[in-house]
Amino acid sequence: MRLLRTPQGLIGAIIVALVVVMVIFGPWIAPYSPEGLAPLNRYKPPNALYWLGTDQYGRDILSRLLHGARATVVLAVIATSAATLMGALIGTTSAFLGGRIDEAIMRTIDAVMSVPTLLMALLIVSALGKSGTNAVLAIAIAGTPGMARITRSVALAVRQQDYVNAALARGETAAFVVLREMLPNVVAPIVIEWTIRIAFAVMVFATLSFLGLGAQPPAPEWGLMVSEARKFMHLSLWMILWPSLAIAFVAIGFNLLGDGLRDALNPRT
Amino acid sequence: MSLAWLLRRVALTLYTLAIVSLLVFGITQVLPADAATVLLGEAATPDQLAALRVRLGLNDPVWVQYGRWLGGVLAGDLGTSLRTGQRVVDVVFEALGRSLLLAALSISLMLLIAVPMGTLAATRRGRPADVAVSILSYVGVSLPEFVSATVLLLVLADWLKLLPATGYVPLTEDFGAGLAHLALPTLTVSVILVAHVSRMVRSELVDVLHSDYVRAARLKGLPERRVLLRHALRNALLPTITIVALDVGYLLGGIIVVEEIFAIPGIGRLLIVSIQARDLPMIQAGALVMAATYSVANFLADIAYALLDKRIQYV
Repeated sequence: MRLLRTPQGLIGAIIVALVVVMVIFGPWIAPYSPEGLAPLNRYKPPNALYWLGTDQYGRDILSRLLHGARATVVLAVIATSAATLMGALIGTTSAFLGGRIDEAIMRTIDAVMSVPTLLMALLIVSALGKSGTNAVLAIAIAGTPGMARITRSVALAVRQQDYVNAALARGETAAFVVLREMLPNVVAPIVIEWTIRIAFAVMVFATLSFLGLGAQPPAPEWGLMVSEARKFMHLSLWMILWPSLAIAFVAIGFNLLGDGLRDALNPRT
Repeated sequence: MSLAWLLRRVALTLYTLAIVSLLVFGITQVLPADAATVLLGEAATPDQLAALRVRLGLNDPVWVQYGRWLGGVLAGDLGTSLRTGQRVVDVVFEALGRSLLLAALSISLMLLIAVPMGTLAATRRGRPADVAVSILSYVGVSLPEFVSATVLLLVLADWLKLLPATGYVPLTEDFGAGLAHLALPTLTVSVILVAHVSRMVRSELVDVLHSDYVRAARLKGLPERRVLLRHALRNALLPTITIVALDVGYLLGGIIVVEEIFAIPGIGRLLIVSIQARDLPMIQAGALVMAATYSVANFLADIAYALLDKRIQYV
Protein backbone atom coordinates (compact mmCIF):
# COMPACT_ATOMS: atom_id res chain seq x y z
CA MET A 1 0.00 0.00 0.00
CA ARG A 2 1.57 3.25 -1.14
CA LEU A 3 -0.74 5.14 1.20
CA LEU A 4 0.93 3.77 4.32
CA ARG A 5 4.43 4.70 3.17
CA THR A 6 4.10 8.43 3.78
CA PRO A 7 3.93 9.58 7.41
CA GLN A 8 0.73 11.57 6.66
CA GLY A 9 -0.96 8.57 5.08
CA LEU A 10 0.03 6.23 7.88
CA ILE A 11 -1.01 8.47 10.78
CA GLY A 12 -4.16 9.54 8.94
CA ALA A 13 -5.16 5.95 8.25
CA ILE A 14 -4.61 4.96 11.89
CA ILE A 15 -6.66 7.89 13.23
CA VAL A 16 -9.50 7.34 10.77
CA ALA A 17 -9.51 3.60 11.56
CA LEU A 18 -9.81 4.47 15.27
CA VAL A 19 -12.66 6.85 14.49
CA VAL A 20 -14.45 4.17 12.47
CA VAL A 21 -14.12 1.76 15.42
CA MET A 22 -15.52 4.47 17.71
CA VAL A 23 -18.45 5.10 15.39
CA ILE A 24 -19.35 1.43 14.99
CA PHE A 25 -18.66 0.07 18.46
CA GLY A 26 -18.75 3.30 20.54
CA PRO A 27 -22.17 2.77 22.13
CA TRP A 28 -21.16 -0.78 23.18
CA ILE A 29 -17.77 0.21 24.55
CA ALA A 30 -19.22 3.13 26.49
CA PRO A 31 -19.18 2.26 30.22
CA TYR A 32 -22.23 4.41 31.12
CA SER A 33 -25.36 5.76 29.49
CA PRO A 34 -24.69 9.08 27.71
CA GLU A 35 -27.69 10.64 29.43
CA GLY A 36 -27.45 8.90 32.81
CA LEU A 37 -27.50 11.60 35.51
CA ALA A 38 -25.43 11.28 38.69
CA PRO A 39 -26.04 14.45 40.74
CA LEU A 40 -23.48 13.43 43.37
CA ASN A 41 -20.68 13.05 40.84
CA ARG A 42 -20.72 16.38 39.04
CA TYR A 43 -17.64 18.17 37.60
CA LYS A 44 -15.38 15.23 38.44
CA PRO A 45 -11.87 15.30 36.98
CA PRO A 46 -10.69 12.11 35.26
CA ASN A 47 -10.52 9.22 37.74
CA ALA A 48 -10.66 5.43 37.88
CA LEU A 49 -14.48 5.35 37.67
CA TYR A 50 -14.95 8.07 35.07
CA TRP A 51 -11.88 7.97 32.83
CA LEU A 52 -12.45 11.41 31.34
CA GLY A 53 -14.46 12.91 34.21
CA THR A 54 -18.10 13.99 34.41
CA ASP A 55 -20.07 17.04 33.30
CA GLN A 56 -22.50 19.44 34.99
CA TYR A 57 -25.16 16.74 35.42
CA GLY A 58 -22.67 14.06 36.42
CA ARG A 59 -22.86 12.41 33.01
CA ASP A 60 -19.81 10.40 32.00
CA ILE A 61 -17.87 12.38 29.39
CA LEU A 62 -16.22 9.32 27.82
CA SER A 63 -19.59 7.68 27.24
CA ARG A 64 -20.98 10.88 25.75
CA LEU A 65 -18.02 11.20 23.39
CA LEU A 66 -18.34 7.57 22.30
CA HIS A 67 -22.07 7.97 21.65
CA GLY A 68 -21.56 11.39 20.07
CA ALA A 69 -19.10 10.03 17.49
CA ARG A 70 -22.07 8.85 15.47
CA ALA A 71 -23.86 12.19 15.64
CA THR A 72 -20.75 14.16 14.72
CA VAL A 73 -18.78 12.02 12.30
CA VAL A 74 -21.49 10.04 10.51
CA LEU A 75 -23.55 13.14 9.80
CA ALA A 76 -20.45 14.92 8.45
CA VAL A 77 -19.71 11.95 6.19
CA ILE A 78 -23.31 11.87 4.94
CA ALA A 79 -23.29 15.61 4.23
CA THR A 80 -19.96 15.44 2.41
CA SER A 81 -21.02 12.43 0.39
CA ALA A 82 -24.23 14.13 -0.69
CA ALA A 83 -22.29 17.27 -1.67
CA THR A 84 -19.77 15.12 -3.56
CA LEU A 85 -22.45 13.26 -5.49
CA MET A 86 -24.33 16.39 -6.46
CA GLY A 87 -21.14 18.28 -7.26
CA ALA A 88 -19.70 15.42 -9.30
CA LEU A 89 -22.88 15.18 -11.33
CA ILE A 90 -23.02 18.92 -12.03
CA GLY A 91 -19.28 19.16 -12.73
CA THR A 92 -19.14 16.20 -15.07
CA THR A 93 -22.24 17.31 -16.95
CA SER A 94 -20.88 20.83 -17.31
CA ALA A 95 -17.55 19.56 -18.66
CA PHE A 96 -19.37 17.20 -21.02
CA LEU A 97 -21.65 19.90 -22.42
CA GLY A 98 -18.76 22.33 -22.84
CA GLY A 99 -18.87 25.68 -24.64
CA ARG A 100 -21.30 28.41 -23.62
CA ILE A 101 -23.40 26.23 -21.33
CA ASP A 102 -20.30 25.11 -19.44
CA GLU A 103 -19.22 28.74 -19.16
CA ALA A 104 -22.64 29.78 -17.86
CA ILE A 105 -22.78 26.94 -15.33
CA MET A 106 -19.30 27.65 -14.03
CA ARG A 107 -19.80 31.40 -13.69
CA THR A 108 -22.98 30.70 -11.73
CA ILE A 109 -21.10 28.21 -9.54
CA ASP A 110 -18.44 30.84 -8.89
CA ALA A 111 -21.16 33.29 -7.93
CA VAL A 112 -22.76 30.82 -5.53
CA MET A 113 -19.35 30.17 -4.00
CA SER A 114 -19.00 33.82 -3.09
CA VAL A 115 -21.37 33.11 -0.22
CA PRO A 116 -19.01 31.74 2.46
CA THR A 117 -19.79 28.13 3.45
CA LEU A 118 -20.67 28.91 7.04
CA LEU A 119 -22.89 31.83 6.02
CA MET A 120 -24.69 29.64 3.47
CA ALA A 121 -25.16 26.93 6.09
CA LEU A 122 -26.47 29.52 8.58
CA LEU A 123 -28.96 30.87 6.04
CA ILE A 124 -30.23 27.42 5.13
CA VAL A 125 -30.56 26.36 8.75
CA SER A 126 -32.40 29.59 9.56
CA ALA A 127 -34.82 28.90 6.71
CA LEU A 128 -35.43 25.23 7.49
CA GLY A 129 -35.30 25.47 11.28
CA LYS A 130 -32.53 24.40 13.61
CA SER A 131 -31.90 20.66 13.87
CA GLY A 132 -29.17 18.14 13.19
CA THR A 133 -30.84 16.94 9.98
CA ASN A 134 -31.18 20.45 8.59
CA ALA A 135 -27.54 21.15 9.46
CA VAL A 136 -26.55 18.11 7.36
CA LEU A 137 -28.67 19.36 4.48
CA ALA A 138 -27.17 22.83 4.80
CA ILE A 139 -23.59 21.52 4.75
CA ALA A 140 -24.39 19.32 1.76
CA ILE A 141 -25.84 22.21 -0.23
CA ALA A 142 -23.07 24.60 0.80
CA GLY A 143 -20.41 22.10 -0.27
CA THR A 144 -21.88 21.27 -3.67
CA PRO A 145 -20.55 24.17 -5.80
CA GLY A 146 -16.93 23.69 -4.70
CA MET A 147 -17.14 20.01 -5.48
CA ALA A 148 -18.71 20.72 -8.89
CA ARG A 149 -15.84 23.03 -9.74
CA ILE A 150 -13.16 20.47 -8.90
CA THR A 151 -14.92 17.64 -10.70
CA ARG A 152 -15.33 19.78 -13.78
CA SER A 153 -11.63 20.57 -14.09
CA VAL A 154 -10.77 16.88 -13.75
CA ALA A 155 -13.55 15.90 -16.13
CA LEU A 156 -12.36 18.39 -18.74
CA ALA A 157 -9.07 16.53 -18.92
CA VAL A 158 -10.92 13.22 -19.23
CA ARG A 159 -13.22 14.67 -21.90
CA GLN A 160 -10.23 14.90 -24.27
CA GLN A 161 -9.46 11.19 -23.95
CA ASP A 162 -9.92 8.85 -26.91
CA TYR A 163 -12.29 6.49 -25.14
CA VAL A 164 -14.78 9.33 -24.64
CA ASN A 165 -14.59 10.25 -28.32
CA ALA A 166 -14.94 6.59 -29.17
CA ALA A 167 -18.13 6.34 -27.10
CA LEU A 168 -19.50 9.45 -28.78
CA ALA A 169 -18.59 8.03 -32.20
CA ARG A 170 -20.44 4.82 -31.33
CA GLY A 171 -23.50 7.01 -30.91
CA GLU A 172 -23.92 6.49 -27.16
CA THR A 173 -26.35 8.78 -25.34
CA ALA A 174 -25.06 11.77 -23.37
CA ALA A 175 -26.16 10.14 -20.10
CA PHE A 176 -24.17 6.99 -20.92
CA VAL A 177 -21.03 8.93 -21.76
CA VAL A 178 -21.23 11.03 -18.60
CA LEU A 179 -22.14 8.22 -16.21
CA ARG A 180 -20.32 5.19 -17.62
CA GLU A 181 -17.27 6.60 -19.39
CA MET A 182 -16.36 9.89 -17.70
CA LEU A 183 -17.50 9.59 -14.07
CA PRO A 184 -15.48 6.42 -13.20
CA ASN A 185 -12.28 8.11 -14.41
CA VAL A 186 -12.63 11.20 -12.30
CA VAL A 187 -13.08 9.14 -9.12
CA ALA A 188 -9.54 9.28 -7.67
CA PRO A 189 -9.25 13.08 -7.32
CA ILE A 190 -12.82 13.20 -6.05
CA VAL A 191 -12.07 10.64 -3.34
CA ILE A 192 -9.12 12.76 -2.18
CA GLU A 193 -11.28 15.88 -2.06
CA TRP A 194 -14.06 13.95 -0.31
CA THR A 195 -11.69 12.88 2.47
CA ILE A 196 -10.39 16.40 3.10
CA ARG A 197 -13.89 17.84 2.99
CA ILE A 198 -15.07 15.42 5.67
CA ALA A 199 -12.61 17.12 8.02
CA PHE A 200 -14.11 20.48 7.07
CA ALA A 201 -17.68 19.18 7.42
CA VAL A 202 -16.96 17.85 10.92
CA MET A 203 -15.76 21.34 11.83
CA VAL A 204 -18.71 23.17 10.25
CA PHE A 205 -21.22 20.75 11.78
CA ALA A 206 -19.65 21.18 15.23
CA THR A 207 -19.62 24.96 14.70
CA LEU A 208 -23.33 25.01 13.81
CA SER A 209 -24.12 22.97 16.92
CA PHE A 210 -21.87 25.25 18.95
CA LEU A 211 -23.87 28.25 17.73
CA GLY A 212 -27.07 26.47 18.78
CA LEU A 213 -28.23 25.91 15.20
CA GLY A 214 -27.32 22.24 14.74
CA ALA A 215 -27.84 19.31 17.12
CA GLN A 216 -30.01 20.22 20.11
CA PRO A 217 -29.54 19.29 23.81
CA PRO A 218 -29.24 16.75 25.33
CA ALA A 219 -27.65 15.17 22.23
CA PRO A 220 -24.02 14.22 22.92
CA GLU A 221 -22.85 16.05 19.78
CA TRP A 222 -19.28 17.28 20.29
CA GLY A 223 -19.73 20.91 19.23
CA LEU A 224 -22.78 21.16 21.45
CA MET A 225 -20.80 19.65 24.34
CA VAL A 226 -18.15 22.37 23.96
CA SER A 227 -20.83 25.04 23.84
CA GLU A 228 -22.51 23.77 27.05
CA ALA A 229 -19.17 23.27 28.81
CA ARG A 230 -18.22 26.91 28.24
CA LYS A 231 -20.64 27.99 30.96
CA PHE A 232 -18.86 25.74 33.46
CA MET A 233 -15.33 26.50 32.29
CA HIS A 234 -14.32 27.73 35.74
CA LEU A 235 -15.66 24.65 37.50
CA SER A 236 -14.10 22.02 35.26
CA LEU A 237 -11.71 22.38 32.36
CA TRP A 238 -11.99 18.72 31.42
CA MET A 239 -15.56 19.17 30.22
CA ILE A 240 -14.46 21.55 27.51
CA LEU A 241 -11.11 19.91 26.78
CA TRP A 242 -12.22 16.43 25.73
CA PRO A 243 -14.85 17.24 23.08
CA SER A 244 -12.55 19.95 21.65
CA LEU A 245 -9.73 17.43 21.38
CA ALA A 246 -12.09 14.88 19.82
CA ILE A 247 -13.12 17.32 17.08
CA ALA A 248 -9.51 18.30 16.35
CA PHE A 249 -8.45 14.64 16.39
CA VAL A 250 -11.03 13.62 13.78
CA ALA A 251 -10.34 16.65 11.58
CA ILE A 252 -6.57 16.09 11.69
CA GLY A 253 -7.08 12.40 10.86
CA PHE A 254 -9.13 13.08 7.74
CA ASN A 255 -6.81 15.91 6.63
CA LEU A 256 -3.76 13.66 6.92
CA LEU A 257 -5.51 10.77 5.19
CA GLY A 258 -6.54 13.05 2.33
CA ASP A 259 -2.99 14.33 1.83
CA GLY A 260 -1.65 10.78 2.10
CA LEU A 261 -4.12 9.61 -0.54
CA ARG A 262 -3.10 12.50 -2.79
CA ASP A 263 0.53 11.39 -2.63
CA ALA A 264 -0.36 7.73 -3.09
CA LEU A 265 -2.77 8.22 -6.01
CA ASN A 266 -0.74 10.85 -7.84
CA PRO A 267 1.16 9.00 -10.56
CA ARG A 268 3.72 11.78 -10.91
CA THR A 269 5.27 11.33 -7.47
CA MET B 1 -4.32 44.53 -18.40
CA SER B 2 -6.61 45.49 -21.26
CA LEU B 3 -9.83 47.46 -21.01
CA ALA B 4 -11.77 44.51 -22.45
CA TRP B 5 -10.47 42.22 -19.70
CA LEU B 6 -11.33 44.78 -17.03
CA LEU B 7 -14.86 45.25 -18.38
CA ARG B 8 -15.36 41.49 -18.50
CA ARG B 9 -14.16 41.19 -14.92
CA VAL B 10 -16.54 43.98 -13.82
CA ALA B 11 -19.40 42.26 -15.64
CA LEU B 12 -18.56 38.98 -13.87
CA THR B 13 -18.59 40.69 -10.49
CA LEU B 14 -22.00 42.23 -11.27
CA TYR B 15 -23.32 38.82 -12.38
CA THR B 16 -22.01 37.32 -9.14
CA LEU B 17 -23.76 39.98 -7.08
CA ALA B 18 -27.02 39.40 -8.99
CA ILE B 19 -26.89 35.64 -8.33
CA VAL B 20 -26.04 36.25 -4.68
CA SER B 21 -29.01 38.61 -4.27
CA LEU B 22 -31.30 35.96 -5.80
CA LEU B 23 -29.88 33.30 -3.47
CA VAL B 24 -30.19 35.41 -0.34
CA PHE B 25 -33.73 36.49 -1.22
CA GLY B 26 -34.72 32.98 -2.27
CA ILE B 27 -33.45 31.27 0.86
CA THR B 28 -34.95 33.84 3.22
CA GLN B 29 -38.33 33.45 1.49
CA VAL B 30 -38.51 29.91 2.91
CA LEU B 31 -38.26 31.22 6.48
CA PRO B 32 -41.07 29.67 8.54
CA ALA B 33 -42.40 32.98 9.88
CA ASP B 34 -43.08 35.90 7.57
CA ALA B 35 -42.57 39.56 8.42
CA ALA B 36 -46.17 40.05 9.50
CA THR B 37 -46.01 37.24 12.08
CA VAL B 38 -42.73 38.55 13.48
CA LEU B 39 -44.00 42.13 13.71
CA LEU B 40 -47.32 41.34 15.38
CA GLY B 41 -46.16 38.46 17.55
CA GLU B 42 -48.07 35.41 18.76
CA ALA B 43 -51.17 37.27 19.95
CA ALA B 44 -52.14 38.67 16.54
CA THR B 45 -55.58 37.88 15.14
CA PRO B 46 -55.85 36.48 11.60
CA ASP B 47 -57.53 39.73 10.48
CA GLN B 48 -54.66 41.88 11.73
CA LEU B 49 -52.16 39.55 10.04
CA ALA B 50 -54.01 39.65 6.74
CA ALA B 51 -54.24 43.46 6.84
CA LEU B 52 -50.54 43.84 7.57
CA ARG B 53 -49.63 41.36 4.82
CA VAL B 54 -51.54 43.48 2.32
CA ARG B 55 -49.85 46.64 3.59
CA LEU B 56 -46.35 45.06 3.37
CA GLY B 57 -47.10 43.59 -0.04
CA LEU B 58 -46.48 40.03 1.17
CA ASN B 59 -49.30 38.70 -1.02
CA ASP B 60 -47.66 39.89 -4.23
CA PRO B 61 -45.96 37.29 -6.45
CA VAL B 62 -42.44 36.40 -5.26
CA TRP B 63 -40.73 38.03 -8.24
CA VAL B 64 -42.55 41.32 -7.60
CA GLN B 65 -41.33 41.23 -4.00
CA TYR B 66 -37.80 40.42 -5.21
CA GLY B 67 -37.92 43.35 -7.65
CA ARG B 68 -39.12 45.69 -4.91
CA TRP B 69 -36.38 44.50 -2.55
CA LEU B 70 -33.64 44.72 -5.20
CA GLY B 71 -34.82 48.18 -6.23
CA GLY B 72 -34.51 49.23 -2.59
CA VAL B 73 -31.04 47.71 -2.30
CA LEU B 74 -29.86 49.55 -5.42
CA ALA B 75 -31.25 52.81 -4.08
CA GLY B 76 -29.41 52.20 -0.80
CA ASP B 77 -32.56 51.34 1.15
CA LEU B 78 -32.35 47.99 2.90
CA GLY B 79 -35.59 48.39 4.85
CA THR B 80 -36.16 48.64 8.58
CA SER B 81 -35.36 46.07 11.22
CA LEU B 82 -38.34 44.03 12.38
CA ARG B 83 -36.72 43.72 15.80
CA THR B 84 -35.63 47.25 16.63
CA GLY B 85 -37.25 49.39 13.93
CA GLN B 86 -33.88 50.96 13.07
CA ARG B 87 -32.83 51.63 9.49
CA VAL B 88 -31.04 48.47 8.32
CA VAL B 89 -28.46 50.37 6.21
CA ASP B 90 -27.12 52.27 9.21
CA VAL B 91 -26.93 49.23 11.47
CA VAL B 92 -25.38 46.94 8.85
CA PHE B 93 -22.67 49.35 7.75
CA GLU B 94 -21.76 50.32 11.30
CA ALA B 95 -21.35 46.60 12.10
CA LEU B 96 -19.48 45.98 8.85
CA GLY B 97 -16.94 48.65 9.80
CA ARG B 98 -16.09 46.82 13.03
CA SER B 99 -15.85 43.49 11.20
CA LEU B 100 -13.60 44.94 8.51
CA LEU B 101 -11.28 46.27 11.20
CA LEU B 102 -11.10 42.78 12.70
CA ALA B 103 -10.56 41.30 9.23
CA ALA B 104 -7.79 43.76 8.35
CA LEU B 105 -5.99 43.13 11.64
CA SER B 106 -6.31 39.36 11.15
CA ILE B 107 -4.95 39.43 7.61
CA SER B 108 -2.01 41.62 8.67
CA LEU B 109 -1.17 39.39 11.62
CA MET B 110 -1.56 36.32 9.41
CA LEU B 111 0.89 37.68 6.82
CA LEU B 112 3.38 38.63 9.54
CA ILE B 113 3.37 35.04 10.81
CA ALA B 114 2.62 32.95 7.71
CA VAL B 115 5.22 34.38 5.30
CA PRO B 116 8.23 33.86 7.61
CA MET B 117 6.86 30.43 8.62
CA GLY B 118 6.45 29.31 5.01
CA THR B 119 9.88 30.70 4.09
CA LEU B 120 11.50 28.92 7.02
CA ALA B 121 9.89 25.62 6.02
CA ALA B 122 10.80 25.97 2.33
CA THR B 123 14.44 26.83 2.96
CA ARG B 124 14.85 23.96 5.44
CA ARG B 125 12.95 21.34 3.51
CA GLY B 126 12.79 17.96 5.26
CA ARG B 127 14.57 19.24 8.38
CA PRO B 128 13.04 19.60 11.86
CA ALA B 129 11.89 23.21 11.25
CA ASP B 130 9.95 22.09 8.16
CA VAL B 131 8.36 19.19 10.01
CA ALA B 132 7.42 21.46 12.92
CA VAL B 133 5.77 24.00 10.59
CA SER B 134 3.94 21.19 8.82
CA ILE B 135 2.61 19.72 12.11
CA LEU B 136 1.55 23.18 13.28
CA SER B 137 -0.33 23.80 10.06
CA TYR B 138 -2.14 20.45 10.28
CA VAL B 139 -3.26 21.31 13.81
CA GLY B 140 -4.18 24.83 12.69
CA VAL B 141 -6.45 23.80 9.82
CA SER B 142 -8.12 21.16 11.97
CA LEU B 143 -9.20 23.42 14.82
CA PRO B 144 -12.61 25.02 14.38
CA GLU B 145 -12.60 28.69 15.47
CA PHE B 146 -14.72 28.00 18.51
CA VAL B 147 -12.13 25.54 19.81
CA SER B 148 -9.10 27.80 19.22
CA ALA B 149 -11.05 30.73 20.67
CA THR B 150 -11.75 28.75 23.83
CA VAL B 151 -8.14 27.61 24.18
CA LEU B 152 -6.76 31.13 23.66
CA LEU B 153 -9.35 32.56 26.04
CA LEU B 154 -8.41 30.07 28.74
CA VAL B 155 -4.66 30.51 28.40
CA LEU B 156 -4.23 34.22 27.64
CA ALA B 157 -7.18 35.73 29.48
CA ASP B 158 -7.95 33.32 32.32
CA TRP B 159 -4.58 31.94 33.37
CA LEU B 160 -2.02 34.53 32.32
CA LYS B 161 -4.45 37.48 32.61
CA LEU B 162 -2.64 39.14 29.70
CA LEU B 163 -5.69 40.17 27.71
CA PRO B 164 -9.31 41.07 28.39
CA ALA B 165 -11.64 38.14 27.76
CA THR B 166 -14.65 39.48 25.86
CA GLY B 167 -16.31 42.73 24.93
CA TYR B 168 -15.70 45.56 22.53
CA VAL B 169 -14.25 49.04 23.07
CA PRO B 170 -14.26 51.39 20.05
CA LEU B 171 -10.76 52.44 19.02
CA THR B 172 -11.87 56.07 18.88
CA GLU B 173 -12.89 55.94 22.53
CA ASP B 174 -9.79 54.29 24.02
CA PHE B 175 -7.21 53.16 21.50
CA GLY B 176 -5.19 50.96 23.84
CA ALA B 177 -8.14 49.21 25.43
CA GLY B 178 -9.77 48.83 22.01
CA LEU B 179 -6.72 47.05 20.60
CA ALA B 180 -6.43 44.86 23.70
CA HIS B 181 -10.04 43.75 23.25
CA LEU B 182 -9.42 42.95 19.60
CA ALA B 183 -6.26 40.92 20.29
CA LEU B 184 -7.85 37.57 21.15
CA PRO B 185 -10.42 37.67 18.31
CA THR B 186 -7.67 38.60 15.84
CA LEU B 187 -5.45 35.76 17.04
CA THR B 188 -8.31 33.28 16.79
CA VAL B 189 -9.28 34.24 13.26
CA SER B 190 -5.61 34.11 12.20
CA VAL B 191 -5.00 30.51 13.30
CA ILE B 192 -6.66 28.77 10.34
CA LEU B 193 -5.44 31.41 7.88
CA VAL B 194 -1.83 31.11 9.06
CA ALA B 195 -1.96 27.33 8.75
CA HIS B 196 -3.37 27.58 5.24
CA VAL B 197 -1.26 30.41 3.85
CA SER B 198 2.07 29.23 5.32
CA ARG B 199 1.54 25.95 3.45
CA MET B 200 0.89 27.86 0.21
CA VAL B 201 3.96 30.08 0.69
CA ARG B 202 6.08 27.00 1.37
CA SER B 203 4.99 25.08 -1.73
CA GLU B 204 5.24 28.15 -4.02
CA LEU B 205 8.67 29.00 -2.67
CA VAL B 206 9.92 25.43 -3.05
CA ASP B 207 8.92 25.60 -6.74
CA VAL B 208 10.51 29.01 -7.26
CA LEU B 209 13.76 27.99 -5.54
CA HIS B 210 14.15 25.30 -8.19
CA SER B 211 13.63 27.71 -11.09
CA ASP B 212 16.27 28.80 -13.56
CA TYR B 213 16.35 32.45 -12.59
CA VAL B 214 17.05 31.61 -8.96
CA ARG B 215 19.89 29.35 -10.07
CA ALA B 216 21.12 32.18 -12.31
CA ALA B 217 21.02 34.61 -9.39
CA ARG B 218 23.00 32.19 -7.24
CA LEU B 219 25.55 31.55 -10.02
CA LYS B 220 25.97 35.29 -10.39
CA GLY B 221 27.36 35.11 -6.88
CA LEU B 222 24.57 37.01 -5.10
CA PRO B 223 24.38 36.33 -1.37
CA GLU B 224 21.71 33.73 -0.49
CA ARG B 225 19.79 36.26 1.57
CA ARG B 226 19.42 38.58 -1.42
CA VAL B 227 18.47 35.70 -3.73
CA LEU B 228 15.78 34.66 -1.30
CA LEU B 229 14.31 38.05 -0.53
CA ARG B 230 14.70 39.89 -3.82
CA HIS B 231 14.30 37.09 -6.36
CA ALA B 232 12.52 34.08 -4.92
CA LEU B 233 10.10 35.43 -2.34
CA ARG B 234 8.74 38.20 -4.54
CA ASN B 235 7.59 35.72 -7.15
CA ALA B 236 6.43 33.14 -4.64
CA LEU B 237 4.18 35.71 -2.97
CA LEU B 238 2.28 36.62 -6.14
CA PRO B 239 0.02 33.53 -6.22
CA THR B 240 -0.43 34.01 -2.47
CA ILE B 241 -2.46 37.17 -3.20
CA THR B 242 -5.10 35.05 -4.92
CA ILE B 243 -5.07 32.51 -2.10
CA VAL B 244 -5.51 35.22 0.51
CA ALA B 245 -8.46 36.62 -1.43
CA LEU B 246 -10.08 33.18 -1.65
CA ASP B 247 -9.40 32.74 2.06
CA VAL B 248 -11.56 35.79 2.75
CA GLY B 249 -14.40 33.24 2.57
CA TYR B 250 -12.96 31.32 5.53
CA LEU B 251 -12.18 34.61 7.18
CA LEU B 252 -15.81 35.76 7.01
CA GLY B 253 -17.00 32.41 8.38
CA GLY B 254 -14.43 32.67 11.17
CA ILE B 255 -15.53 36.21 11.95
CA ILE B 256 -19.14 35.08 12.45
CA VAL B 257 -18.07 32.61 15.13
CA VAL B 258 -15.45 34.82 16.74
CA GLU B 259 -17.73 37.84 17.03
CA GLU B 260 -20.35 35.65 18.67
CA ILE B 261 -17.84 34.25 21.19
CA PHE B 262 -16.09 37.51 22.05
CA ALA B 263 -19.24 39.64 21.93
CA ILE B 264 -18.03 42.01 19.20
CA PRO B 265 -20.96 43.93 17.67
CA GLY B 266 -19.89 43.23 14.08
CA ILE B 267 -21.78 41.90 11.10
CA GLY B 268 -21.38 38.24 12.08
CA ARG B 269 -22.96 38.70 15.49
CA LEU B 270 -25.64 40.89 13.93
CA LEU B 271 -26.43 38.07 11.54
CA ILE B 272 -26.71 35.42 14.26
CA VAL B 273 -28.88 37.65 16.44
CA SER B 274 -31.09 38.40 13.41
CA ILE B 275 -31.39 34.74 12.50
CA GLN B 276 -32.46 33.88 16.03
CA ALA B 277 -34.98 36.76 16.05
CA ARG B 278 -36.11 35.99 12.46
CA ASP B 279 -35.40 39.60 11.54
CA LEU B 280 -35.82 39.15 7.80
CA PRO B 281 -34.57 42.47 6.35
CA MET B 282 -31.53 42.34 8.64
CA ILE B 283 -30.66 38.74 7.64
CA GLN B 284 -30.98 39.62 3.96
CA ALA B 285 -28.87 42.75 4.23
CA GLY B 286 -26.21 41.12 6.40
CA ALA B 287 -25.80 38.11 4.12
CA LEU B 288 -25.79 40.28 0.99
CA VAL B 289 -23.16 42.64 2.37
CA MET B 290 -20.95 39.74 3.49
CA ALA B 291 -21.08 37.98 0.12
CA ALA B 292 -20.53 41.28 -1.67
CA THR B 293 -17.44 41.90 0.46
CA TYR B 294 -16.06 38.57 -0.68
CA SER B 295 -16.74 39.26 -4.38
CA VAL B 296 -15.18 42.68 -4.19
CA ALA B 297 -12.11 41.29 -2.38
CA ASN B 298 -11.62 38.76 -5.16
CA PHE B 299 -12.15 41.40 -7.84
CA LEU B 300 -9.48 43.61 -6.25
CA ALA B 301 -7.10 40.65 -5.85
CA ASP B 302 -7.44 39.81 -9.55
CA ILE B 303 -6.63 43.39 -10.49
CA ALA B 304 -3.67 43.53 -8.09
CA TYR B 305 -2.39 40.28 -9.56
CA ALA B 306 -2.75 41.57 -13.12
CA LEU B 307 -0.94 44.79 -12.24
CA LEU B 308 1.89 43.10 -10.35
CA ASP B 309 2.61 40.13 -12.57
CA LYS B 310 4.17 41.53 -15.70
CA ARG B 311 4.39 38.08 -17.27
CA ILE B 312 0.64 37.77 -17.60
CA GLN B 313 -1.21 39.72 -20.26
CA TYR B 314 -4.94 39.61 -19.80
CA VAL B 315 -6.73 40.10 -23.09
